[in-house]
Amino acid sequence: MSLEFIYPEFEVIRNTDRCITCRICERQCANEVHILNKEKGVMVADETKCINCQRCVSFCPTRALKIVKSDCTFRENANWQSNTIKEIYKQANSGGVLLSSMGNPNELPVYLDKILINASQVTNPPIDPLREPMETRVFLGKKPEKIERDKNGQLKCELPPQIELSVPIMFSAMSYGSISYNAHAALARAATELGILYNTGEGGLHEDFYVYGPNTIVQVASGRFGVHEDFLNAGAAIEIKMGQGAKPGIGGHLPGAKIVGDVSRTRMIPEGSDAISPAPHHDIYSIEDLRQLVFSLKEATEYKKPVIVKVAAVHNIAAIASGIARSGADIIAIDGLRGGTGAAPTRIRDNVGIPIELALAAVDQRLRDEGIRNNVSLVVGGSIRNAADVVKMIALGADACYIATAALLALGCHLCRTCQSGKCNWGIATQREDLVKRLNPDLGCKRLVNLITAWQQEIKELMGGMGINSIEALRGNRLMLRGIGLTNKELEILGIAHAGE
Amino acid sequence: MKINSELQGAYVFSSGKNMGTFKAVGYPEDVGVFYKLEEYEGYCWIAHGRYPTNTPGWWGGAHPFTLLDWSIVHNGEISSYDANRRFIEMFGYKCTLQTDTEVITYIMDYLLRVQGLTLDEAASVVAAPFWSTIEDKTNLAEKEKYTFLRTLFASLLITGPFSIVLGFEGGLMALNDRLKLRSMVVGEKEDKVFIASEEAAIRTMEPDAQNIWAPAGGEPVIVKVKEGAF
Repeated sequence: MSLEFIYPEFEVIRNTDRCITCRICERQCANEVHILNKEKGVMVADETKCINCQRCVSFCPTRALKIVKSDCTFRENANWQSNTIKEIYKQANSGGVLLSSMGNPNELPVYLDKILINASQVTNPPIDPLREPMETRVFLGKKPEKIERDKNGQLKCELPPQIELSVPIMFSAMSYGSISYNAHAALARAATELGILYNTGEGGLHEDFYVYGPNTIVQVASGRFGVHEDFLNAGAAIEIKMGQGAKPGIGGHLPGAKIVGDVSRTRMIPEGSDAISPAPHHDIYSIEDLRQLVFSLKEATEYKKPVIVKVAAVHNIAAIASGIARSGADIIAIDGLRGGTGAAPTRIRDNVGIPIELALAAVDQRLRDEGIRNNVSLVVGGSIRNAADVVKMIALGADACYIATAALLALGCHLCRTCQSGKCNWGIATQREDLVKRLNPDLGCKRLVNLITAWQQEIKELMGGMGINSIEALRGNRLMLRGIGLTNKELEILGIAHAGE
Repeated sequence: MKINSELQGAYVFSSGKNMGTFKAVGYPEDVGVFYKLEEYEGYCWIAHGRYPTNTPGWWGGAHPFTLLDWSIVHNGEISSYDANRRFIEMFGYKCTLQTDTEVITYIMDYLLRVQGLTLDEAASVVAAPFWSTIEDKTNLAEKEKYTFLRTLFASLLITGPFSIVLGFEGGLMALNDRLKLRSMVVGEKEDKVFIASEEAAIRTMEPDAQNIWAPAGGEPVIVKVKEGAF
């Protein structure tokens, strides 16, 4: 073999006693791993193309297949691990920037896993969510500082525009283009059924989905793809995307190959042209400029929609959030280091930004120190994986959580982390018609509804255990959290005590 | 607040007008004798015998807390403490006593004095009606009001068991948590109103007390002496 050769990462193990040569694996694999050797009448595999998406495994009717990590290794050491070596070979082969998909896979601290939740014993009763009301409804948006009364002394009950959520979880931004029509349909319908919101991402809103507007966040990103007046007015809220956790400081790039048909029309760009979102918004070079855009969007929608400003969690996030809170934004969304992506330069994804837990703790505290926490709501994302993660984030100070990877997993994603190839065998991160139709939006919607319903029940159980029967009494309630195995500095930033204290 | 958080060796336990506080560790009858309570007169008496559950008993921790012209007695343990504390501290309050009661006092001060809510409105913030209850309301103005107050002051909702009595100039308000996880009973006799955790306590004070009833969770009982109406 040549110098360019990199041994395949996975081995396709086929049990020939079970294989009935039905060729389903061949038809299911968009990467063309499986082929029939007609001479011998057996299936063979080209493992160099395998990405371990588990599609063939799931569809093999005789369970004849499994994919395992190859044990063929370089002579690794602690410093030069296999992946590091491979990346060097790849770059020496191609001369290019490495691309990756989904969230940061490296062994960085996951603070959520080092935080434990409280429960009531004796002095304060736990509450049983099956017997007592347990409330998870939240309103996101700016809250006035002072009440006002009319001349008869009656309270004036007008509030700035709010988003109402039945449970503090929303589907995070994923553009039409980066994911398929059917994936969007499933997200939109599930959000509607659940009483929560999904997010268009930066690719505009397909005309078929305007009907789900009351449960839609429409996004305005630096490329401004698909942004027009009707689009802005279609949603329940508008999000200005300043950054993304997986790739802080850079823009986006949807390859021309994915800009086909409806995607091109929805984005309002010609078919086949690359959709390049610049790193900055070219009309935002300072906080004053952000304020102008916030108010331009509010003007365009007659001050009826809350405006979200989404930023990546970076070092100075507390000061940045404080600035955004004064920019007129109603909601700040912060996306952490482990947040997912359809494609990002590997080096940036793996090295830029900070974990969302620390960012949230710092921002929530800073806004309270400045007395402006009630002026904005905080939404956090960046690998919220289960109901306990949601509870921990709310107790640290978030108003709601954004989930995307978890939602895609519910739709069938197997985290093969190869979205950038556009050949998603599960019909999610692809525009190839034959692949898109593999994702049934009805079934996808059902699975998303199941997931969030299950999480909601678990959130209620955890809240009930703490003797809390409404989610607003959990928000910022850091006494309900304890750290385990954390340094004093980490505890100080998180604003929590250590277990046993 | 500045004294309590910054000055060494000095502590303000009571800071009200026309209000006295007597605290001690011991049996209630001995405390009464010790302070010669028979020498005092008042239109509103609040007493609390505390069985300190989570902290060692000391006289400073005894109720009522008499801060900022409010006198407050609280029985319970609130699970929303840190959410309430971190919110209220945005407005210049400093919780230094590490008790739920202190934070409840500041919440009431903030809602009643700073925001200018009525007692009823404040009660519907700290013991907010459930969303389902609000939705079932047929009176649209009420529905709007409760939704507004709950949304605006979400972080001041108090969860966990509590019964509180809040004394102020001219009256008092008694309130249970919205699930009524603590008991509270009200009784009357002529121009007097009695509020206690147990009916037995009312009977001890006034054997012939009438109209004994237990208010629902979250339903405030407001008594005002100056206006004479109950």
